[in-house]
Amino acid sequence: MIKYSKSHEWVKKEGEIGVIGITDYAQDQLGDIVYVELPEAGNEINKGEMLCTVESVKAASDIYSPVTCEITEVNEDLEDSPEIINEDAEGKGWICKVKLSDESELDKLMNKEEYDEFYEKEG
Amino acid sequence: MTIFEKSRKNRTGYSLPDEDSLEVQIEKAIPEELLRSKDPSLPESSETEVVRHYNNLSKKNFSVDSGFYPLGSCTMKYNPRINESIASLPGFTELHPYQPEKTFKGALELMYDLKKLLSEITGMKSFTLQPAAGAHGELTGMLIIKKYFRSKGEKRNKVIIPDSAHGTNPASAKMVGFDVVEIKSNDNGIVDLEDLKKQIDEDVAGIMLTNPNTLGLFEKDICKITEIAHEKGALMYYDGANLNAIMGKVKPGDMGFDIIHLNLHKTFSTPHGMGGPGSGPVGVAEFLKDYLPVPIVDLDNEKGYYLKWNLNNSIGRVRSFFGNFNVLVKAYSYILMMGKDGLRLASEMAVLNANYLRKKLSTMIPTAFPGICKHEAVFDGSVLVDDYNVKTIDLAKKLLDYNVHPPTIYFPLIVNEALMIEPSETESKENIDNYISIIKEILVEARNDPEKLKKAPYTTPVRRLDEVTASRSPVVSYRQETEG
Amino acid sequence: MSNNPYIPHSKKEIKEMLTEIGVNSIDELYNDVPNRLDSDLDIPEASDEFSLRRKLKHLSELNSSLDDYAVFRGAGVYKHLIPAAVNSLASRGEFLTAYTPYQAEVSQGTLQMLFEFQTMITELTGMDIANSSMYDGASATAEAALMAARITKKEDVLVASSLHPEYIEVLKTYCFGADLNVIPVKYSADSGNLDFEDLKEKISENTATLILGYPNFFGIVEHLVKIKELLPKKVLLIAVINPIALGLLEAPGKLGADIVVGEGQPLGNPMNLGGPGLGLFATREKYIRKTPGRLIGQTKDLDGKTGYAMILQTREQHIRREKATSNICSNHSFNALLASIYMSLMGKNGIKEIATRCLKKSHYLYEKLLKIEGISPVFDGPFFHEFVLRINKDKTIEEINEKMLEEKILGPLSLERFFPNMENCALFCTTEAVNNDDITFLAGKLEEIL
Repeated sequence: MIKYSKSHEWVKKEGEIGVIGITDYAQDQLGDIVYVELPEAGNEINKGEMLCTVESVKAASDIYSPVTCEITEVNEDLEDSPEIINEDAEGKGWICKVKLSDESELDKLMNKEEYDEFYEKEG
Repeated sequence: MTIFEKSRKNRTGYSLPDEDSLEVQIEKAIPEELLRSKDPSLPESSETEVVRHYNNLSKKNFSVDSGFYPLGSCTMKYNPRINESIASLPGFTELHPYQPEKTFKGALELMYDLKKLLSEITGMKSFTLQPAAGAHGELTGMLIIKKYFRSKGEKRNKVIIPDSAHGTNPASAKMVGFDVVEIKSNDNGIVDLEDLKKQIDEDVAGIMLTNPNTLGLFEKDICKITEIAHEKGALMYYDGANLNAIMGKVKPGDMGFDIIHLNLHKTFSTPHGMGGPGSGPVGVAEFLKDYLPVPIVDLDNEKGYYLKWNLNNSIGRVRSFFGNFNVLVKAYSYILMMGKDGLRLASEMAVLNANYLRKKLSTMIPTAFPGICKHEAVFDGSVLVDDYNVKTIDLAKKLLDYNVHPPTIYFPLIVNEALMIEPSETESKENIDNYISIIKEILVEARNDPEKLKKAPYTTPVRRLDEVTASRSPVVSYRQETEG
Repeated sequence: MSNNPYIPHSKKEIKEMLTEIGVNSIDELYNDVPNRLDSDLDIPEASDEFSLRRKLKHLSELNSSLDDYAVFRGAGVYKHLIPAAVNSLASRGEFLTAYTPYQAEVSQGTLQMLFEFQTMITELTGMDIANSSMYDGASATAEAALMAARITKKEDVLVASSLHPEYIEVLKTYCFGADLNVIPVKYSADSGNLDFEDLKEKISENTATLILGYPNFFGIVEHLVKIKELLPKKVLLIAVINPIALGLLEAPGKLGADIVVGEGQPLGNPMNLGGPGLGLFATREKYIRKTPGRLIGQTKDLDGKTGYAMILQTREQHIRREKATSNICSNHSFNALLASIYMSLMGKNGIKEIATRCLKKSHYLYEKLLKIEGISPVFDGPFFHEFVLRINKDKTIEEINEKMLEEKILGPLSLERFFPNMENCALFCTTEAVNNDDITFLAGKLEEIL
């Protein structure tokens, strides 16, 4: 199941690990992504802290971690092909895989319907 | 075509004095492993080709000399030719920074006098002419603030900056290790005093303000703001980017500012030179004068004009030698040419032009905030999106087809689809009228065929560029396939 | 209205404009301004351009223009021969009065020029990429140190004591701001090269970078490869170059330098009392997004035509604000233009020819001066076009230079000013701008004075 944050990140629980990325809505708002400054594997990060930066031509957007976690793997394909996020933000455009510190945090995030409603109101 | 592609083996564009070769063996002077293994592939061209190449490049540039260039916050006023003529005198250009001081007394006098003039215009006690640009001046100012509180044993770590400020302000504060605290602008586009009172405390080292601010509005509560800052022991920093509205009308020193930087390449007419060199002198109040970078040009009854090296609390140097001297000469020339009445007139006509343009354009594109502006006016381009189905950028690009320069766009960040227009005093009423007519025409075009506008410009040396690919896979130098 | 040639408004127009705005006077436009001045500024009345030129020409003549001097002094600013085409082309208004190329479609002249400039600097330095310039060599050096600290996340900046003293001062100022430590590394009293033993002692796990001159302030050419070998893998090597020297010396990019900075003034720029300078900045491709300053990239337009644009602007302050790689928001484009035209005229052979002349003349002078009684060598390391000699006589270097000035010679720089322990030591410099006859004359004159 995918859960969504108000700062437009998603997190998906796959067995023991979590996968994090930015939402399709977020990539659409950013426009053509030209660079992703990936986080470093091994880093521990609190919910709401800056995870990495995604850049379009005229903007650099900070991406925040939707959960408290330890980063175990980053999507290195994004280094050479950041456009993958534009093409498939909630699939192949994942940013990192993590070890969740507190699974109960997921409960506080939005589900798909709630998120859709949220961004439509925001937009 | 690049100059590298025009290159032909062994062509040269220089001639040197014909001298006997001296009997020195390079290999004996420098060990072989330190000598170049491959010559640098610089282009090889005759002087004719070089002249044509750069001459043709120049034709692909828009400049103040080409036409109306109302770029907001950049003060693209006309750059008088007399400044160039004076700055190119060999008695100013052919000077070495380490030649004996007594052999450049004229240069010292010029710098001293320029400092005095800038002090009089701004109401600050003392100036350094060392910083090379506005942002460099900001850095200097922030270093002074840091050093000042260090020497007082205070650990203040925050700098307050309005959300309408230039990006250089937070970047400069950060370079010196300050945390940036942003304060909001209120509904009238000026600093929200209540928010300021909430944010300020004893950890605040300084407040950086631009006044008139980047919305072109004068912070009418400025004296209150400086009072609030000073009560908490914080210093007031004036970003002089917009001084062009107030010369001879009011002095930043009289508003209560402690530190100020100026942009000689804006207000004082030195040419922008495609981005630089500029010059960013920093002025300070009496109690900060010993914190300025060294050396300082001073005047002594016996020694005459001289370089002073011992300032007790100096932050040290921010660059080599004495600053962008060549630029200083041009600014000095400008001030003397204009005189006291001329400078005041420049400010008044800059403000008149901006308000005239504001009034006339606002019937088509609303201003971002109500009321009289100063040297520049900011418009909210939302109407372009809502009523015309185009964006500010499309209007800007279409202006290029009319051979005028677009405004600054998408800045300040707090205004949607912002257009920031600064005509400057050197433009005539008919130039402004013409600009308004062009925009009117473009809006008609937008109404008729928005899709066409989205692909403008059509008549420029190149059309819209693919910046996405350029940023994804940067190509920042010409790759030479084979030996040129 | 006064007769101001730059402000076109007639009284009638002003009145019409005020009416359009809906106010009665200019003063009303300033109603919201407190503490307004009630008297004129205390500055002179306006001038006309002819009187002004006469006045300032007189002021300029209080300076000794080095135009007709033989200059044997360098130390960071160099008198070279500059072809007439350089200034003639650069002073075109389309270059001089354009702003930063924000609107790429009407700034292709600037952008292509800077792209070519970047290429020429990468060629000279042997680095992957170069930016479109910084303020001057000293601030470029300081920015390089900050970049190295960002990359390595370390706080100690090692700097060779033989780097230009003013560069070290600027470095200290910037590092005070960024809370980094500047740690000097000694030079060998014998060779003038970096003291390897001292370097080994100063390296620690906190070391971010080592900065050194190539050639150093004494003119001596450092052995970058050997130095790089002594550095831990993650420590970045910053070489501060003289671009003319790179006509002969191996490109630092081939010798392990990670960042190359320097003062570009020797490339076609007048001395101008030391400013404006031209900060050169080059580095490895992998650091491109960590690099401060403007970068120009090549791309295509809508019609598929090649064009140029400012790229990677998300590094810069106008987008990233306090998270930018630097606060710098301009460059010295105009000085980069002078350098580009100069390098285009000189070309591959010219830059080598100039470097060769500089080197030969200075070595010739060195040998000649050593034959004079009382003059002795100070360092034995290899030098390019500057060298240090000790003059053990009852006359100080200042006194000697005083006499030289009378002969329209700007003699060597007394080093005591920067290095109190180097009494009677003088830094000589010889470029192609001094004739062989000047060299003979200098040597003769020096012998006579001593």
